[in-house]
Amino acid sequence: MNLIPNKWYKIVAILLVLYVLVYGLLIDLPTDVGILDETIRNLFYHVPMWFGMMLILLAAWVNSILYLTNPTQKRDVYAAELTNVGLLMGFCGVFTGMFWAYNTWGTPWTNDPKLNGVAAGMAMYGGYWLLQKSVDDNMKRARLAAVYNVFVFPLFIALIYVMPKLSQFSIHPGSGESVNFKSYNQTNNMELVFYPAVIAWTLLFVWIAELKSRYQLLKIKKENEILYSDHITTDKI
Amino acid sequence: MKYFILITLLLTKFNNAIAQDETSVFRTSGKIYVVVGIIAIIFILIVAYLIRLDKKISQLENKNNS
Repeated sequence: MNLIPNKWYKIVAILLVLYVLVYGLLIDLPTDVGILDETIRNLFYHVPMWFGMMLILLAAWVNSILYLTNPTQKRDVYAAELTNVGLLMGFCGVFTGMFWAYNTWGTPWTNDPKLNGVAAGMAMYGGYWLLQKSVDDNMKRARLAAVYNVFVFPLFIALIYVMPKLSQFSIHPGSGESVNFKSYNQTNNMELVFYPAVIAWTLLFVWIAELKSRYQLLKIKKENEILYSDHITTDKI
Repeated sequence: MKYFILITLLLTKFNNAIAQDETSVFRTSGKIYVVVGIIAIIFILIVAYLIRLDKKISQLENKNNS
């Protein structure tokens, strides 16, 4: 029944997020981060949202492909719920990003390739959500959604990751000429928090997706039982 | 939504006001530990809620399978 049949990843998630929340606020920072100042700590909270979103949407994409090769209820539910939680992470990323941008660049939104790519990408996933809601026939809905997802994920990655990398003018770090850990003077220990942060936030949101999928599968099972019992009673009559 | 925007604006103004000497004050005052502690408590409570939800769903699954 479980998305990942192991409860240990939940314990790892809890401990790692706690570590990230505490040490992300306490570690020493490199001194030459410019206007970012202490807000460079957002690296442990804002950035993992995006990394986690990409990983979770990748998992949803794999589930959609698996659904098309072997259509089972489980794959369909996993793909849908992983996508939902991936988008939740995306919205966390957008809103934290807007808040950070307002305090750093003076405006919540700039016409930057990274930001506009994300806006277009999220709109495409809005299409996925609409598709899920708008088809009544369950088998047809599942198949359409899976096919749409198989196409939309590579496009999404191209929009939010590849295009900003190729662009020449971007004020958002991680696009154009990229900022990385080595570009700061101090031999810093930000990596010690950043990589656990990516794993931690991703696992935490996978846990939420797992809970939602299990709830959804139970609900479908219950509805099928009711349909089935109706069928029997009408037969008797 | 109205309240959300209001709170965000308030937080933004507050943030701008203390941004100047944040670097020096941030850890020397020692008060940052209070904030860290509060964030940790909130997170632990959210996790406790998630664990309870997980257990309840497991119970339902067991009941449905038997």
